[in-house]
Amino acid sequence: MAIPISNGAHRDRDRERDRKPVMDLFGDYTLRLVALGSAVLGATSGALGSFAYLRRQSLLGDAVSHAALPGIVLAFMLTGSKAPLVLMLGAGLAGWIGTLAVQVVVRRSRVPYDSALGIVLAVFFGVGLVLLTYIQKLPNAAQAGLESFLFGQAASLLRRDVVTMAVLGAAALVILLLLWKEFKVLSFDPDFAAGLGLPVRRLDGVLTLLLVVAIIIGLQTVGVVLMSAMIVAPGAAARQWSRRLAPMVAIAVAIGIFSGVTGSIFSSYVPRLPTGPTIVLVLSAIFVISLFMAPYRGLLWRSLRFGVLRTAPDLDPVLMHLYALSHQHPDDPEHGHSVAVIQTMSPPEAKVDAALERLADRGLAQRTADGGWAPTPIGRREAQRILDREAGEGS
Amino acid sequence: MNERQEWALEVEDLTVAYADKPVLWDIDLQVPKGVKMAIIGPNGAGKSTLVKAAMGLIKPVAGEVRIFGNSRDRAEGQIAYVPQRATLSWDFPTDVIDVVTMGTYGRVGWFRRCGAAEKEEAMAALEKVGMTDFARRPIAALSGGQQQRVLLARALVQDAPIYILDEPFQGVDAPTERAIIEVLDDLADIGKTIIVVHHDLQTIPEYFDAVLLLNVRAIDSGTVEEVFTEEDLRLTFGGRVGVLAASGGQVEVGGEVSP
Repeated sequence: MAIPISNGAHRDRDRERDRKPVMDLFGDYTLRLVALGSAVLGATSGALGSFAYLRRQSLLGDAVSHAALPGIVLAFMLTGSKAPLVLMLGAGLAGWIGTLAVQVVVRRSRVPYDSALGIVLAVFFGVGLVLLTYIQKLPNAAQAGLESFLFGQAASLLRRDVVTMAVLGAAALVILLLLWKEFKVLSFDPDFAAGLGLPVRRLDGVLTLLLVVAIIIGLQTVGVVLMSAMIVAPGAAARQWSRRLAPMVAIAVAIGIFSGVTGSIFSSYVPRLPTGPTIVLVLSAIFVISLFMAPYRGLLWRSLRFGVLRTAPDLDPVLMHLYALSHQHPDDPEHGHSVAVIQTMSPPEAKVDAALERLADRGLAQRTADGGWAPTPIGRREAQRILDREAGEGS
Repeated sequence: MNERQEWALEVEDLTVAYADKPVLWDIDLQVPKGVKMAIIGPNGAGKSTLVKAAMGLIKPVAGEVRIFGNSRDRAEGQIAYVPQRATLSWDFPTDVIDVVTMGTYGRVGWFRRCGAAEKEEAMAALEKVGMTDFARRPIAALSGGQQQRVLLARALVQDAPIYILDEPFQGVDAPTERAIIEVLDDLADIGKTIIVVHHDLQTIPEYFDAVLLLNVRAIDSGTVEEVFTEEDLRLTFGGRVGVLAASGGQVEVGGEVSP
């Protein structure tokens, strides 16, 4: 019998898994270092990535991380040093030049923003690969290890690397907190921010610089190819669970730290499992769960919410009356209609008030500022769908 | 005293181009202090562009913008701006009171958080637009009219001498339109200058006391009585608007007819 045997094996392994990583986290120096570094990288990319997500700049993160590669190699070629600060400075400079290049292309030509990002990403990454291949053919062995920046190699993290990451990450987060309200209004409504007299272009530059810092912090662990996932996914997942900015950023930071630490533990437990990609996989799992399961915004929630309508026939007539009334104001579909009017259109025993409240719960109707009711755009679409269906059945 | 200071907003020889195609050509405009001015013109006339150039959001090819006689660069924070509702991302994770509080960010100062005083100002502004019950509502859950009221409340909190609103009546319900007009009238009463990009010709004489007719060039500007004439409207809109009759000093404007 195969089933009991495999169950037994699972139980043994589960017990082992329960014990070993916890022990390792406190006992194993390398794992502790890797987990700490990954937590720092998860926290900074979660926070700055949230802003990139809200400003629709997720792809900029991808371009910056690819553009950093030639910077890393050039920094080594010029200095002969592999000190973390030197390589990160090279990466940061190249990434920064990459963002400037995108701006120049967009401003000086008719190439659209996404294409400019793609071009800059490809050109910089290509130059990086050429330089990397070139120095690997040199007789000198000192360059060994630079290629690990492609896909990341967490095991190569040294104490000085993690210290540099922590200092840079802390500095980025402190600046983010200090300029919180300015960055918030910049992200929501840059034109209004300019009207307030805020130096919008400089603030935009600082926020982009902080994003570059968040990216270079992660390059050694996750690598230039997968780094963009660390920028995009925590913010995108956190947005599903939050309605305001501060909780969103806090949740994104928590997701980043959790993915970093969990990914490190998994990869140290399973032989030959690379840390960076494992972290990204954990993160992707959290993102997929958030996409489906989150309340209000999750796909499952939404399909349940709108699916229920078909099993609530008492609501349909009220929605249809509301839809018919809204046609009296073709220029202003959100004009409010009083409950009394809808009541006169309905059978006397109909509980119009309760039906309206339930329609509102489903996002199909809304209370207007003058105390009346109006169908929402979704409600109007749903009503039209019911009409179309009835017309189809009639013919 | 500089004689120009009697103008709230002054535009001189302003030309703006996108990719070599001029969208505003040699605009001259003087907006006196305390007027309610409508900017009207057909689609693509450059109405929003003119407003953005006045705000310093767009760099003109040529020309100058002065605010109370000073160059634009020294006039930061003098204009409270209500952008077009549809240009904003209403999915941003924030609530109504937070958006309105943004109007105080210019004077709260760097590195400081908004406190109880700022929240109080924001609540007072929400009351003026009839939105106090919605203070903690996520902005994603607002109707179009409610969104427009929130943007107006945010501008009220900013308390600037000039208010510029870009299409504030676009797609809002009738009570919201009335509420906005009441707020603008109150602002004009305390000496604020109000400039509104507007699209409904019928309400111009009722809502405004000055008009700029714009179609890439400034066709004409002045008081409603002087400028809001059949001839000027024809020049601005070409054949696309049928002006039915001018009677009793009020111009009646019909719908669009094919050219």
